[in-house]
Amino acid sequence: MKKNVLTRLFIAASVIGVLLFLMTCGKKEAGQVGNGDLKAIAEQRGLTPADLIAAAKTYVPTGKHDEYVMFSSGGHSGQVLVIGVPSMRLLKVLAVFTPEPWQGWGFSKETKDILKASYVDGKELTWGDTHHPALSETNGDYDGEFLFVNDKANARAAVIDLRDFETKQILKNPLSLSDHGGTFVTPNTEYVIEGGQYAMPWTGQYAPISKYKEQYRGMVTFWKFDRKKGRIIPEESFALELPPYWQDIADAGKKVSEGWIFMNSFNVELSTGGVEKGNPPFEAGASQLDMDYLHVIDLKKAEALFKAGKTKKINGFPVLTLDVAAKEGVLFFIPEPKSPHGADVTPDGNYIVVSGKLDPHATIYNFTKIKKAIDEKNFAGKDDYGVPIIAFDTAVETQIELGLGPLHTQFDPNGYAYTSLFLESAVARWTLGGPWTEKHGKEPWTLVDKISIHYNVGHIAVAEGDNVNPDGKYLVSLNKWAIDRFTGVGPLLPQNFQLIDISNPNGNMQLLYDMPIGIGEPHYAQIIKADKLKSWDVYPEIGWDPGTQSKSKYGIQAGEERIVRRGRTVEVWMTAVRSHYTPEHVEVRKGDRVIWHITNIERAKDATHGFALPYFNINLSLEPGETQSIEFVADKAGVYPFYCSEFCSALHLEMAGYFLVKP
Amino acid sequence: MKDIDLIVGPRIPKDLLKRERKRFMLPTLLLGGAGFLLLVSIFLPYWKLTLFAPQYPDGLQVQIYVNQVKGDVKEIDTLNHYIGMRSLTEAAPLERSLSIFLVAGIALLAFAAIYIHSPIALFFSIPAMLYPAIFLADLYFWMWNFGTNLDPRAPLSGAVKPFVPPLLGESKIAQFKTIASWDIGLFLAIVASIMIVVGLYFHRKAYKPLLESELQKNRQES
Repeated sequence: MKKNVLTRLFIAASVIGVLLFLMTCGKKEAGQVGNGDLKAIAEQRGLTPADLIAAAKTYVPTGKHDEYVMFSSGGHSGQVLVIGVPSMRLLKVLAVFTPEPWQGWGFSKETKDILKASYVDGKELTWGDTHHPALSETNGDYDGEFLFVNDKANARAAVIDLRDFETKQILKNPLSLSDHGGTFVTPNTEYVIEGGQYAMPWTGQYAPISKYKEQYRGMVTFWKFDRKKGRIIPEESFALELPPYWQDIADAGKKVSEGWIFMNSFNVELSTGGVEKGNPPFEAGASQLDMDYLHVIDLKKAEALFKAGKTKKINGFPVLTLDVAAKEGVLFFIPEPKSPHGADVTPDGNYIVVSGKLDPHATIYNFTKIKKAIDEKNFAGKDDYGVPIIAFDTAVETQIELGLGPLHTQFDPNGYAYTSLFLESAVARWTLGGPWTEKHGKEPWTLVDKISIHYNVGHIAVAEGDNVNPDGKYLVSLNKWAIDRFTGVGPLLPQNFQLIDISNPNGNMQLLYDMPIGIGEPHYAQIIKADKLKSWDVYPEIGWDPGTQSKSKYGIQAGEERIVRRGRTVEVWMTAVRSHYTPEHVEVRKGDRVIWHITNIERAKDATHGFALPYFNINLSLEPGETQSIEFVADKAGVYPFYCSEFCSALHLEMAGYFLVKP
Repeated sequence: MKDIDLIVGPRIPKDLLKRERKRFMLPTLLLGGAGFLLLVSIFLPYWKLTLFAPQYPDGLQVQIYVNQVKGDVKEIDTLNHYIGMRSLTEAAPLERSLSIFLVAGIALLAFAAIYIHSPIALFFSIPAMLYPAIFLADLYFWMWNFGTNLDPRAPLSGAVKPFVPPLLGESKIAQFKTIASWDIGLFLAIVASIMIVVGLYFHRKAYKPLLESELQKNRQES
């Protein structure tokens, strides 16, 4: 026994010794950066001790990586932002709905094809309004494999593969022209949810606004995701017709509520606007009643009906109609405080938190009570479309007064919820009740802390804060206005992402950092533990087509370069490697159709080459191993020098060639 | 004693082997062990060159086996084209195609020496004894061949003069610091070489008296 203690002491002493040694080693390196007096620097720069602590909590030194990665919608940039947390450094802007030259997105044939698949009637779309990114989940937890995002402006959904952080698929919703209730995923990413927003006759149809109630409709689409293929399978997807209530945000149930979908609406008044005709404008008309309807959808039942062929084809897409849904018990309504914005399911799946923008409360619904009412057919009546309504009191657990303009709620592992307060420009922390009371040991369903943000917060994102296993630690407040937070850059101001430390549930939340977003207005974001992402360093094989995540038939090795003429078509097979293209001369005749494949045959990390061809509006990004193709008509005689547009090596400027078009 | 007996030497009398087991086991184990290590070394890297430059924080490495070159060969070839060096995959084609048979042959000769209880055993062991030196000499030849035959039309042919990297230790080529080091395979070959020397010493100690007494017996008989 005594010997054991001595051995342990010896081990402990050795460990401390090694640690001390390592610390002194580290100190030497830090000394190189600057050995100024911390206090003097703080005084000179006017920093308070709290500022220094905030800096220490966010600073990530060179060579070190962030603990978390945030995927944020890029708003009307049409892209997705990848941001390191806690450093709040922008890591990448992922090209999704908008052409992007650095990534060659929308320039190569492969990427054009992905974009083209989502055009309405073949009409080119060059932007999107990304709203809600959704990471793929396994058992309700982020798995870091895929990311989905919607485009509110055109009702589209995109699939991004997180092995190479590139968009693989963009789907156009066949029924609607706008969406908002997406993208969200079911706990094992069986379905990607895309709910509509502004009710309208089905895409391509006309109905006068006087026929609003009869012919305008809302919808929610359930896109079937095939994880193995990494694609949504439209043939196995279906939609549910909804009343024209202007559906808003949705969330998938989890654990006890797995298989159910919850979705807000904000125009049960069926207001049709027309302020210029003397009608109340939408903002007033849609806010007349005290209650809107929380939609509760039995997805399992809906899926069974779809598989049983109980759907109707609309625009070639299977739709479960409202009358079937109402009759078969797929859809239920519960009154919710008017103009709600968030419908967020707690990590245990049992509570749904709904916040009405115009009501200072968060309303908490209890899924067990909802389920009981449905099972017992305890309905208070039906709406005009025959959908059963569950009484507010039957389904509600409690209401908590949080402050003005509550919008969205996220969770931490200690039984706390966080809600953004738009009008108050604040974030509220409050306690969950039920089984969560044990975790925090405080009064359940109670507001405990509030922190001011700058300004007009929309969504908030807590680290893994909307899945079954939240991490807490950090909260990012996605603020719409920055007003005075940054140096003036003209009347269009950046948005302001504010990082907040929520790691101490017994203390206050602490504001750590402001990050300006100068590319669009982000809406939602999700924060994933960085080590869950398994991104590729280079493409697995030379000649890789990221569009299909497989070897391209146009990929070649060094030595296989060639130019082949077939009638008026010239096909070029080119390689790129530091620091030359092969071939360097490409000669065609005016009017020839040129099909040009370029393979980057590099295997080194970061050895990306570009390919810029002036006049023809072409720029490609060829990452190590990647093959991309371009197709165009050489419609003007002349000489066109092409060059590598990514500084690849010391002889990068020399990496060029001539494209000669003979008259 | 026949001529063939003069080459393979006398067999060990059974009772003597029983009495002095250690005396005869020692050379057998040393020579056999040396052959075994040589066989194992075929599958292991002999020599490696690690290159460091700011843009390669993890370094680049090329490992030389008796029959192959492994590691960041493609990247090193890409870099080498700037100075006009041929692809590493073109080095020592003959050696690489024959090496497995040659090394296996050298090991077999060492095994054979166990059964030869005469000074002829020395000749069977010499290849294994010299093998590490031969490997290094051949490696040096190829490095000299590659480093001094640079394509004069290469982009950096003016900036980087012909050079021969050292067989062991540090050197600098352009922005690259290179470290040449011997790897496990070569160390095994060197240990094998030492074992052969030591093994031959004990071999002589074990079999010389036996051979002499046998020769004396022969003389007496004639």
